[in-house]
Amino acid sequence: MKSENAMKRRQFLKGTLGAASLVALAGCDNLTQSGWFPSILGMAEKLTDRVQRTITPTKALAKEYTEADLSVVFPANGNTNPGTEEYDNMLRNNFADWQVAIDGLVSKPTIFSLAAIKEMPVRTQITRHDCVEGWSAIGKWTGVPLGDLMHKVEPLPQAQYAVFHCADVDYQGTPYYESMAVQDLFHPQTILAYELNGRPLDVPHGAPLRLRFERQLGYKHAKYVTRIELVESLTGIGGGKGGYWEDQGYEWYAGI
Amino acid sequence: MTSLAENLQDTRSLAHDAVVPQNEAAVPTLPTSCVVVKERLYRHSLPVRLGHWLNLVCLFILIMSGLQIFNAHPALYWGDRSDRDRPLLSIRPVRTEDGNIRGITTILGHSFDTTGVLGYSNGSGRAFPSWATIPGGRWLAMGRQWHLFFAWVFVVNGLIFTVYALMSRHLTRDLAPTGKDLGGIGKAVKDHIRLRHPKGDEAGRYNVLQKLAYLGVLFGLAPLIVLTGLTMSPTIDAAFPWLLTIFGGRQAARTIHFIACSSFVGFAVIHVSQVMLTGFFNNIRSMITGWFVIKHEGVSHEV
Repeated sequence: MKSENAMKRRQFLKGTLGAASLVALAGCDNLTQSGWFPSILGMAEKLTDRVQRTITPTKALAKEYTEADLSVVFPANGNTNPGTEEYDNMLRNNFADWQVAIDGLVSKPTIFSLAAIKEMPVRTQITRHDCVEGWSAIGKWTGVPLGDLMHKVEPLPQAQYAVFHCADVDYQGTPYYESMAVQDLFHPQTILAYELNGRPLDVPHGAPLRLRFERQLGYKHAKYVTRIELVESLTGIGGGKGGYWEDQGYEWYAGI
Repeated sequence: MTSLAENLQDTRSLAHDAVVPQNEAAVPTLPTSCVVVKERLYRHSLPVRLGHWLNLVCLFILIMSGLQIFNAHPALYWGDRSDRDRPLLSIRPVRTEDGNIRGITTILGHSFDTTGVLGYSNGSGRAFPSWATIPGGRWLAMGRQWHLFFAWVFVVNGLIFTVYALMSRHLTRDLAPTGKDLGGIGKAVKDHIRLRHPKGDEAGRYNVLQKLAYLGVLFGLAPLIVLTGLTMSPTIDAAFPWLLTIFGGRQAARTIHFIACSSFVGFAVIHVSQVMLTGFFNNIRSMITGWFVIKHEGVSHEV
């Protein structure tokens, strides 16, 4: 008798716990679909941004590795070929006509040819690329520090963000773009790279020029960069969230 | 705020709402060994109770949103890189020769067919099934939003608890094992295996295995899961490169994070079964209202 009761009780408890977790789960999905709850969740991003910036020295370098640490295969994610007619023409010409315009809130808007960029002082770094999906790959990147380009164009004091416009569009024709805070442009490891592992960038990895924004996740590292626009606010550009992936719901601050 | 041990004495006096029949109580010559006396004890202080339930919410959400994030790249590695040909663990849908899709879980080179739960469930190829993830559907961006918000709640809750536990002496009085406790570990293990749980006054305080389990989770597992989570942050790695050194790399930290998560699940399973075995409603009530009931059986007692 007693053990039968105990069993009944145990079954009841199991049932209750199971039902409670199902209700909680359904509740979570309802909250996700609501308008107000995700905006509360989004407050964590601003907190993380503020706290991480406070505890991380401005010039603290992402760990640099050795040649022995290089990934044998460096996966290419996102768009792996812009595939537009304009890009294909550039590719056929070995990107001899590729240019990057730096404009917006700068004193001296300038158009840099790929050749001019390659003549500037070089920085090479072996760093770890951390994808938002969870994987990591180590590659050797060579390019020009963005800070050097900024010293030439002289950002105006009201410039808050640099927006990177790219040559690629998604399957719906939405152009890819990214952005970062102006202060991050001057980090020594923030470079416009034109080589991976000692060879010119190939198409899947962003030929001929892509951003390396070490200390943040991979989706911030814009490929196929054609224009860098300095702005005061991200509103009105693309979906207004500061990047192609940000417009899809990913955080603008991708330090974690 | 009073601690558990203090309350044991404070509340001793208001104990005897005994289930002693009136007529028996009136006859003092009867043996008292058959008497059952219930004693109420204020067991859990308010900060402990709030922290406990907030932890439950956080862990529920963190684990399930964590599995959503895991699903975006369902494999684990050691070191800094993820060399895809050398995972320690992977959970993937695999198409067999006859055209069916099976969920295959591979651990250290050993493969298991886990179709229906891991790798392939409800007609879709996904590592963990939709009933185990937040949100239910495949949605990495939203999984991260949930995870990183409740990670903050979990950390702040943990810090507040730590300060409280130190200042109220909850830590030293209730959680720290005494020398006598540690000497009795062998017996405690044997008793737990036989499902013989402490009774009477002994049930009013944490036993040695409880103390070690709680201390291990609060000051071992919880900091470990937070630090390995932070080691996956490229900005934190730039600020504190030693994190990569102590955990063996970013992908190793991700693996340890996953193992720590599994340990939390294991703890929760044992914790909840102990709660059930030692009086579910009494335990739950004490974690909601603070009040715990101890039964004294067969003790000679002046009524």
